[in-house]
Order: sequence, then structure tokens, then C-alpha cells
Amino acid sequence: SFIRFSGKYPEHTHKNDPKAEELLSTAKFDARFQMCNQDKACWQNYVDYFRCIKKKGEDYEPCNWFKKQYQALCPGFWTERWDEQREAGAFPAKI
Amino acid sequence: MSYWCQMYFQNGVTFTSMRVQWAFGMYCVVLMLIFVFVMFSVLLCCSGSHQFIYMLTDHNLERIWGTVPLLILVFLSWPSMGLLYVLSELETPLVTVKCIGHQWYWEYEYTDFAVVSYNSYMVPEDELKLGEPRLLTVDKSMVLPFSVWCRILTTSFDVVHSWTVPAFGVKSDAVPGRLSESSVKVEMPGVFWGQCSEICGALHSFMPIRVEVVSAELFSKWLWILQSSVWEG
Repeated sequence: SFIRFSGKYPEHTHKNDPKAEELLSTAKFDARFQMCNQDKACWQNYVDYFRCIKKKGEDYEPCNWFKKQYQALCPGFWTERWDEQREAGAFPAKI
Repeated sequence: MSYWCQMYFQNGVTFTSMRVQWAFGMYCVVLMLIFVFVMFSVLLCCSGSHQFIYMLTDHNLERIWGTVPLLILVFLSWPSMGLLYVLSELETPLVTVKCIGHQWYWEYEYTDFAVVSYNSYMVPEDELKLGEPRLLTVDKSMVLPFSVWCRILTTSFDVVHSWTVPAFGVKSDAVPGRLSESSVKVEMPGVFWGQCSEICGALHSFMPIRVEVVSAELFSKWLWILQSSVWEG
């Protein structure tokens, strides 16, 4: 039956559908931020992306890792506010 | 979804909620056994047909009624301790959805490929079609793929809300300034409902959640259509 006595389920049930793995992808697990609250993860990836492109240039591919992370994690209204702050020179972190 | 005169949980569609409901059911059985035993003992003592005037001390009896409850408690805590860790397991998600609480509607953002964002408002009672549930029907629902780990991030634009779908076993407070993460892997397609679970103002009861769970192929096609055009609903 679908519900087992011990509450344990076979290992494969923890894995993603293999067909979905070809179609979908998102931000990966970040070991620096393991807690439920991911606001620092969003913030840090945002800051790391702009520091990366400032140091290495906009065409540097590995910087896009941070971009994908922050785009997936950060709500739009947070990043819009931070973009405005950066343009105004009022961003509360050194980039 | 909930039905009339419901006394138990909604059917769980994630392994998380199935495990929790299994443990709850087990605890109910143990509780009933203890309750029946205690009631039986009380009635026995009140019946007056037994006398214990010749027994002053019985250390063996005291050992038994000290250790048996302890063993029962250890037995009860066993699934609970396992669940504590199983529920916090982080598997590799393939989808991230942001549920942003507003007064008084939910905004859903899918930004894995392109920025896709839309608001989900409750349909007022006078605009409902026949068969649509009152206080639950929305104009645009959240969509998730089944059999795929999804990361759900909840936050709020103004006051504290709470995003919940009982069938998933998820209740996540949407606190402004905080990004709460929960993980969901829905095992069957269908439509699942929830309602805002943290008092957030006058229309707190009127911001429901509707989640449509579809196949991964349909989900990715839907996302592609959404990002390439404005969704009229």
C-alpha cells in the first residue's frame, strides 16, 4: 500500500522525476546558508554578482552563477530597491 | 480540499504530510489504549468490590508503573524524532517559487528562466460560476510540477501573512524582511487549496491559495508561454 507501517519510503521517492531534470533547473543549495531564512543568501549572492562583474567584467561567465542564484532567490521588489540604491550610490555594501 | 463535517486531515499528497499523518494516527491509537485502560482502572476502583488494605508497599509494582509509562513515551517519541530530521531534509530542488503576501492577495514569482510574476486575487461571491467554492476560488492559481522538489520562498510586502496548503503539509509565515524556505515534492497531480493563516487585516479571510499540480512538461510549457506573453488568465 502507498502508506507503509513504519513511515519509511523507498529511496527513489526522494529523487526528482528524471524527465523533469532535463527541463527544469533552479538555484542550487548554498552551504553557507543552511537555515530556513534565506534572506542573507539572496543578499550575498546579489552583492557577490556585482562584485564579480566589477572585478572580472560583464562577460566573465562564472559570475552568472551568482546571478542565477540571486535571481531565483530574491523577490523582485528587493532587487528593484537595491538596483535603485546602487544607481543612486546609496547601496549599503561595498561593491 | 476540506469537506463538510471533516474530522481528520486532508489527504496528504507529499511524503512529508503522509509521514506526519501516519505518526498522528499512531499516536491516536496509543492515546485511545491508554484512555481505555485508565477509565477501566477508575471504574474498577470505584466499584468497591476490591480491597487493598493488606498492601502497604510493593516495590515491584512501583518499578512497573514507573518504567512502563517511560517506555511508552520513548515509543511515542521514536517516530517524532525521525520526522524531525526527515522534514528538514534538503533535496535538490528544480523549481523555485516566491510567494509574496500583500494586503490582500498573493503574488507568485517564477524567476528561474525569466521574470514571471502575477497576482492571485480571490473571486468575489457574485462572480463565482456554478460549482466553484466560495472564499477559495482565485482568478490565477500557482502552478507546480509533480514528483519534483520545489523550493517555496515566502515573504511579504507589508504585514505578516502565512502561506499554507494543508494537503502538502506546508505552513510558512510570510514575514516582511525575511525569506522563509520550505521544500515540497507533490506526488500526484491535482488542485490543492489553502488560505492565509496569519491575521493580516480586514480581508485576511479573503486571500486564498490555489495550487495546480501538473506534469513537468506541461509546467515548463506554461512557464515558457508566460514569459513570452502577458497572462490574461
